[in-house]
Amino acid sequence: MLLFHFPLLPLLLSSLGQEPQTPASGLPLHVVFLEQQPPLLDLCHPYACAILTLITVPPHRRFPILPTSEPKSPTASDYHEQTHIVCDVVVLTARDSHCHMPLQPSLPSSLTPLLERLSPPALVPQCRRNLKRPRNMEGGEKLPAGGAFDGAWAAELIAELRRGFASGRTRSYAWRAEQLKGIARMIEEKEAEIMTALHDDLAKPHLESFLHEISMAKASCTFALKEMKQWMKPEKVPTSITTFPSSAEIISEPLGIVLIISSWNYPFLLSIDPVIGAIAAGNAVALKPSEVSPTTSSFFAKILPAYVDNSCIKVVEGSIPETTVLLEQKWNKIFYTGSRNVGRIVMAAAAKHLTPVTLELGGKSPVVVDSNVNVKVAAKRIAVGKWGSNSGQACIAPDYILTTKAFAITLVEALKITLDKFYGKDPLESGDLSRLVNVKHFSRLTNLLNDKKISGTIIYGGQRDEQGLKIAPTLLLDVPHDSLIMDEEIFGPLLPIITFDKIEQCFDFIQSKEKPLAAYLFTKDKKLEEKFVKTVSAGGILINDTGLHFANPHLPFGGVGESGMGAYHGKFSFDTFSHRKPVLSRGFAGEVRARYPPYTQQKQKILRGLINGSFIALLLALIGLPRD
Amino acid sequence: MEGELKEVREAYESGKTRSLSWRLSQLKALLRLLYDKEDDIFKALEQDLGKHRAEAYRDEVGLLIKSVNYAIGNLRKWMTPNKVSVPLVAFPSRADIVPEPLGVVLIFSSWNFPIGLSLEPLIGAISAGNAIIIKPSELAPESAEFLARSVSKYLDDKLVKVITGGPDAGQKLLDHKWDKIFFTGSPRVGRIVMAAAAKHLTPVSLELGGKCPAIIDSLTNARDRKIAVRRIIGGKWVACSGQACIGVDYILVEEKFAPILIDMLKATIEKFYPAFDTLSKIINKHHFQRLASLIKDPSVADTIVHGGSMDSDKLFIEPTILLDPPLDAEIMTEEIFGPLLPVITVKKIEDSIDFIRTRPKPLAIYAFTQDEKLKNRLVSETSSGSLTFNDTMLQFAIDTLPFGGVGASGFGQYHGKFSFDMFSHKKSVMRRSFLLEYSFRYPPWDGWKLPFMRSVFHFDYVSLLLRLLGLKR
Repeated sequence: MLLFHFPLLPLLLSSLGQEPQTPASGLPLHVVFLEQQPPLLDLCHPYACAILTLITVPPHRRFPILPTSEPKSPTASDYHEQTHIVCDVVVLTARDSHCHMPLQPSLPSSLTPLLERLSPPALVPQCRRNLKRPRNMEGGEKLPAGGAFDGAWAAELIAELRRGFASGRTRSYAWRAEQLKGIARMIEEKEAEIMTALHDDLAKPHLESFLHEISMAKASCTFALKEMKQWMKPEKVPTSITTFPSSAEIISEPLGIVLIISSWNYPFLLSIDPVIGAIAAGNAVALKPSEVSPTTSSFFAKILPAYVDNSCIKVVEGSIPETTVLLEQKWNKIFYTGSRNVGRIVMAAAAKHLTPVTLELGGKSPVVVDSNVNVKVAAKRIAVGKWGSNSGQACIAPDYILTTKAFAITLVEALKITLDKFYGKDPLESGDLSRLVNVKHFSRLTNLLNDKKISGTIIYGGQRDEQGLKIAPTLLLDVPHDSLIMDEEIFGPLLPIITFDKIEQCFDFIQSKEKPLAAYLFTKDKKLEEKFVKTVSAGGILINDTGLHFANPHLPFGGVGESGMGAYHGKFSFDTFSHRKPVLSRGFAGEVRARYPPYTQQKQKILRGLINGSFIALLLALIGLPRD
Repeated sequence: MEGELKEVREAYESGKTRSLSWRLSQLKALLRLLYDKEDDIFKALEQDLGKHRAEAYRDEVGLLIKSVNYAIGNLRKWMTPNKVSVPLVAFPSRADIVPEPLGVVLIFSSWNFPIGLSLEPLIGAISAGNAIIIKPSELAPESAEFLARSVSKYLDDKLVKVITGGPDAGQKLLDHKWDKIFFTGSPRVGRIVMAAAAKHLTPVSLELGGKCPAIIDSLTNARDRKIAVRRIIGGKWVACSGQACIGVDYILVEEKFAPILIDMLKATIEKFYPAFDTLSKIINKHHFQRLASLIKDPSVADTIVHGGSMDSDKLFIEPTILLDPPLDAEIMTEEIFGPLLPVITVKKIEDSIDFIRTRPKPLAIYAFTQDEKLKNRLVSETSSGSLTFNDTMLQFAIDTLPFGGVGASGFGQYHGKFSFDMFSHKKSVMRRSFLLEYSFRYPPWDGWKLPFMRSVFHFDYVSLLLRLLGLKR
C-alpha cells in the first residue's frame, strides 16, 4: 500500500485517470501498488520518496486475478473482495527486471508523467509542509539554502565527520570514555525530559520508559565503560609452523564514519544504544532519529550536542527526503533499525558504496505455550512482553501464541485475569498502556481487525479510541492461518492465538514461516525445550519468559533471515562497529627457499610438509629422505 | 537450474546438514578429493592459468588440505554452544550462544585461484552446516569443469552443488533468495551482488581487492634486504603472476634506497625465472589488453626500468618494474592485478603512511622494516584488511587470523573459525524457570515500583533486598 500526502492526491489521481474519492474520516488514502517485486529501487528516487511511503503487499496477497498484461487497473472494491484489504486506489505497475543498480532509478511508468509535472519548485513547498527540516548541526541550526533535495548539507556533514575522524582523536580511549560518560550524564540529568518526550510521542508510561529505555541505555553505557579497555586490547593468536617464526594479533580498529538510523517505537534506546557501540569502537557518528517520534527526535538534536564532541557525533533530523540524501553519501557502516521494506532500500543504497550494513528488523515472534506450565506466571510474562512493551509496538514483542486446543481455554482465562489486573476494566483509560504512534498505524491495525476472515474470533478487548489512538488489549482465538493478521507483523496490541492438537505441531508452523526476531517457549518439559532450541531458527530464543534476553549484554541481539542481519549489544556492538585487523609480524629469520622458483622436486616436498604443519614430513624432506 | 535449487532447499529442510557426522563426512570427502584429484587440479590450473604445480600446491591444494584438517580438528568445539553469564536481575536463568546454520548459501568464486577460492569458503559453509551452491568463474573453465565433475562425485550431491556458466547463470542465481551470499571478485560485480541481495535481505560477504602497497624501509643489513626482495617477488610474480587480490600492487620506498632495491629486484627475478616457464600466464585476452594499455601511455612507458616485453599469443607479460609512474595514471589509480610493479619513491619512509591514507583501504598492507616506531604508526594510523610485517601473502595461510577486507576492499571475514562464524547465525538462547517472580516488573505501575527498578539497574542489591523485605520504602 502506498500512502500519499494530500496536496498531491488530485494530481496523482488525475494522472491515473481515476476520480478522486474522498477518504472516509479524513484518514490518508491507501493506494495499493501491484507488481511482482517491491518498487524499492523506484522509491530511491528522491521525489518518489518525498511523497510515498511504501508498505509492500506480500506476493500471495497481491491481486490474484491480474496478469501483468492486463491494461486496466482493477478497482479498489475488486481488490477488497479478493484480499479484504481496505484501500482507496489500486495502481498497476510493471516490473522493472533489469534494474539491479539504483544508479539511475526509474519510476513506474504510470507515475513518471506525474512526477515530471512536479518539478522541484512545485513539489518542494507542497510536500514539505508536513516535513521537518533537518535541524542537525550544532543543535537546531537551520540548513543552508537548497534544502534537503540537494545534497550540499549532507556532503558538508560528511566532510566534517571525516575531518573529525581523520584527526585521530576518536581512536583514543580517553575520547571514547569521555563521550560515553557524557551520554551517561545526559541520561542521568535529563531523565525527566526523556520520559516526557516518550510520553509525547507514544504516551509511554513513565515506568515503562524507565524500565525499557532509560535504564537499559544507562546499563549499556556503564557496561561499555567498564569493559571497553578490555575490548580494545589486541588479541594475540597462535600461529603455525607454516609461518614460523612469527607472531600474530588481531587489532580492533574503528570503521570510520557511521550512520545510525533508528526507529520510533523505542526512540530513545534504539537511537542511543547503537551510538554507544559506535563510540566505544572509536567511530564518528551521525544519528538520524525517526521523524515518526518527533519529540524524541528533537530531544536528541537539542540535548545530545551539549554532552558529546560535536565535531564527531552529530544528530540529523528529518524524514524520507533527508534520509534519502543521507543514504546517497558514502559511509563506512550503516546501522538501521526499522521495517523490512526500508531495510531493503537501505541495503540497496549501501551497495552503491560497498558499505556494510546491520539491519535490525522485526518479524512475527511466536510464543509457544505448553500445557504443563504455571499458567499464572506465564500469562503475566506474556502480557508484560506484549502490552507492557509499548502496547505491542516492539520488535521482540510476542506476535501470536501457539498452544494446544485443550490448554487454550485455561491460558485465555489466565490472560484475561492478568489483563484485568494490569489495565483495569476500561483499558482505553489506563495510563499504563502506550498509545499507537500515529493515525497510519491506527488504521493499519483496525484494518487487521476488520478483516472478514477473523470476524467472530475476538474473545477479549477490541475497543478502539480513534481520537486517543488507542486500541485495547485484544485476544483473538483460532484465527484462520491465511488471515491478514497472521500474515504481516502485527506491531500492536492484538494477540491472536492459534491452537493445535499437539504441541509439536507448533514447531512445524513456526518453521513454515519466515525466521522471526525472537521465539518464546513456555514449558517445564526439558525435552521439548531442547527440541525447540534445536529446530526453531530465530534471532534469539527465550524459554519461560519474554523480552528479557534483550537485557543481557552478554548475548548478541539481532535477526536472521527476514528479521535482519548483524547483531549488537555489549561486546557485539563494539565488534559491529569495528574492523578486526589481523597483524602478522615476521622477522627475517626462518626463510624457506622452497617458496620460490625455480621449483625442484625437493622444494615441493618441503612445501608439503610446511603447509600442512607436519613436522615429520618436513624433517624427512629436509634431510632428503622420501616420505612415501 | 530451478530444479536443482529446489532440490537443495528441500534437502536442507530435512535437517541432515545439522549433524556433526554429516559435516565431518563432507569435510573428509573433500580431503579425499584433494588427495585423489591432485593431478587433475594441477592440470586444470595449468590449462587455465599456466600455473606451475608447485605454485598450485602452495597456493591452492596445500592450503586447502591445511584448512580442511583444521576444520575437522576443531569442528566439535566450534559447534558447542557458548555459555555466557547472566545479570543477577534475571536470576535464576541460563544463557547460551548457539551457532546454527544459515540455510542455503551461494558462493561466487573468482578465476585467479579458482580451486582455492571456491573450496576455502566451502569448508566454512560445510562446517557451519549449510547447503551450498558454488558458482565458479567461467573465466577459468577447466577448473570450473573440474569442480562440477568432482564435487558431485565426492560430496553429498543433494546438498553441495556446483553450477557452471557465465554472467547469465550468475544473474539467474542472484534472482533467487539465498540465506547468505559469499562473493569473491571485483567491486563492480560486488555492487551488483549486494544490490540483488538487498531485495531478499540476504547477508553478503564481499571479498574484493584493492591496491595493496608494500613499504620497504631502507634496510641496513644485506641479508635482510635479500630476504625482503625475495618475499616481495614471492608476493608479486610468484603468486599467479600478480593476479592475486593480496598480491603486492606497488612499492613505497625512500628515494635513496630505490636504485638499490630495483637492482636487487632485477637480479632476483633473473635468478627465479631463468626461462619464465614457471610464471603463470595472464588469464585471457581481455585482461592482457587491459594490462598492456596500463603501460601504453608514453608517460608511463617511459618509467619502465625492467621488463616490459609481452606476447599476446602466449598471454605472457614479463615481470615489469616501473619507477615513479605518474600518480594520476591508471596504473596508480586502478588495481593492477598483473605482473607490473610500480615503485613509488617518497622522501622519508614515514610519508608512505599519508600516501596510503589518502587512498581507498586496501586488502593488505605489507611493510618491511625493523623500526618498531614505524610499525606502531602503521598499525594505528593505517587501515587495511590485514597488515603484515616483513613478509607477503602469509597472513592468508594462518587459520587463527581472519581474512577479509575493509572499506573498498570488501567486508566479512573468513578462514578457520571465522569461516564457521561467517556461515553461522549466533542464536542467543536464554532459559528461565517459573521460580522467583517479581511483581515490580508488571503494571499497574505505581509509585513504589520505580525505586525497586532503580535498585535493580544500579545493581544495588542491598537496597533491593531491603525493599523486598519491606524494610525500606
